[in-house]
Formats: sequence, C-alpha cells, structure tokens
Amino acid sequence: MIKDKLTVAGKKFKSRLIVGTGKYKNMSECAKAIKLSGANIVTVAVRRVNISDKNKPLLMDYIDPKKITYLPNTAGCFTSEDALRTLRLAREIGGWKLVKLEVLGDKKNLFPDMIETLKSTEVLSKEGFKVMVYCNDDPLMAKRLENVGASAIMPLAAPIGSGLGILNKINIKIIRNQTKLPLIIDAGLGEASDATIAMELGCDGVLVNTAIAKAKKPFDMALAFKNAVIAGRQSYLSGRIDKTLMGNPSSPTKGII
Amino acid sequence: MKKTKKIKIKLNGKKKSVDNDSYLHELINDLKIPIKKVAIEFNREIVDKKKIKKIKLRNNDVIEIVHFIGGG
Repeated sequence: MIKDKLTVAGKKFKSRLIVGTGKYKNMSECAKAIKLSGANIVTVAVRRVNISDKNKPLLMDYIDPKKITYLPNTAGCFTSEDALRTLRLAREIGGWKLVKLEVLGDKKNLFPDMIETLKSTEVLSKEGFKVMVYCNDDPLMAKRLENVGASAIMPLAAPIGSGLGILNKINIKIIRNQTKLPLIIDAGLGEASDATIAMELGCDGVLVNTAIAKAKKPFDMALAFKNAVIAGRQSYLSGRIDKTLMGNPSSPTKGII
Repeated sequence: MKKTKKIKIKLNGKKKSVDNDSYLHELINDLKIPIKKVAIEFNREIVDKKKIKKIKLRNNDVIEIVHFIGGG
C-alpha cells in the first residue's frame, strides 16, 4: 500500500482524496479540515479580487500552494468560452497547468454541458493544459474526452452538493474497465461510505467538498473521508469474494458433534 | 495648479476614475494588490506581468484582476 499512489499527468500524490475549499465557515476551518483529510490536492475557484475590502483573508495565506497542489476549477462557468478564459487566467496566477474543467449546463441540477466540456477539453489540451474533466457518468462521453486529451476522467456520483452518493455504479464500473486514465469520482458524495464504494469500484480517487464542509463536524468528517478512501482502495486491491445466492458456512461442517 | 485630466476605466466590473497618462502597474500598486498572487486581464487580453510597466491606461479600458478563492 505504501507505494500505491495516485498518478495524474505524471505527478504522484500520496492521498487519493481531493478536497474542495468552498463552503467552509472561514478560511481557518477550511485549512484545518484539509489538513485532517490528508489531501495533497485541493480545488480552488478563480474570482475577482475584492477591491473595496483588501483586508479579506487570502486563500494562499492559509493553504500554502508550495505544500498543497492547487487545482484551479472552472466552477460557475456555463460556456466553453468562460471556462477557457478562467483557466488561462488561473495559469497566469502561478503557472498552473493541472486544472479541473467544469462546464455546467443547468443552474438547478448543475449537470455538466458535455458538448461545451468536450470542446473545451480539446482546446485546453492543445494549449498544454493537463485537464481533469468533470463529466457525466456516461461511458461514451468519457471515451470521447479521453480521445481529445483529457488527463483524468471525473464523473459525477450525483448532482453537485446533493449528497446522494453514487447513483449509477454500473456506469462507473464500465468507465473503469474502458480507461487507463485516472478515474476520479467528483460531486454528489454525502458520507464517508460513498467514498469507500467509489474506491471499491476501482476509481483512482474521489473529490469531496460539500460533504465535509457542510457536515455538522467538518473536522471529524474530513478524517472519516480520509480513512474511507484508504479502506476502499485497500479493499479493491485485496480482491473481494464472489457473490453467491446461497449461504456458505464459515466453520467446517466436518466434526460437528 | 493645473488639474490632472481624469479618464474612466472599468475595474472588476465597476467604473473608476483615474488620472490620464497613468499606468496599469501604478493602479495595481495604489490598490496594494499583491501582483504575484493575481492574474490581470486588460481589455480581454491576459497581461504578461513582465511587460505590465508598458501598459498605459486609456479611457474605457476594461481591467479584471482575479485570484484564487475557496471553491469546489
């Protein structure tokens, strides 16, 4: 297990848990939860600098980008044009090439617009970005993303922030079997066991934000997700038993008195 | 004393009045924005920070200054 690391775009990461930095009460709560989660990668958003309130705490003052890999995200973008603009700016902030692409198609269900997502993935890959792509749990679309140069496939478990857990295990399994790219469940997880299930399906990692940030005890939940991901990965690598319809006694039947 | 002529620019979506003949890097300095932690867009073009000192502000210029914040 020690050498079992997450590899994305040639970079190795000890933790298979990626966490978001949104929705926390404040920056110090966010920083502590990240520390407890053991995550090496965090997603961050690109937004306008607050010109009027310059005393507002900066993310970089709480989470050191030299120690934790920042994964700039295009959350909130609804067109390819906006997503490209956002990530080009993100790269300019500090040379970030590893990015998370997320182009949404509907303000209510927050499902990705896969046409815009596909277009953006192709353009970004050609520009040298390493694109981790938020997508539907659709094996055909996942294949297309791979074909245009995605660095990781990140299907949703359920709508962003819904906490519904993995709704379509079969599709995730199909995507797992068809791709060698890192497969990371992104969005919709609600509790630690959801992360274990994702890992047991053979995913390379999970991305969690709301389930930790909005838990009643975010620090405990961060730790729970950390352990759940480790447990799930270990379970997957250990090779589960076959399922049978009937019972199979655990104790020898021979020698019963 | 001669009054400096003012021009209007748009900074992060808000109108702002600045001195005519002023430069973009002066504006960033005046706002005390840590340039290493931001990206700047000038009339929809990303600014190469090495060349920022050459950019002179003109009437109706649109500037966006962004940074990283918490997000999912």
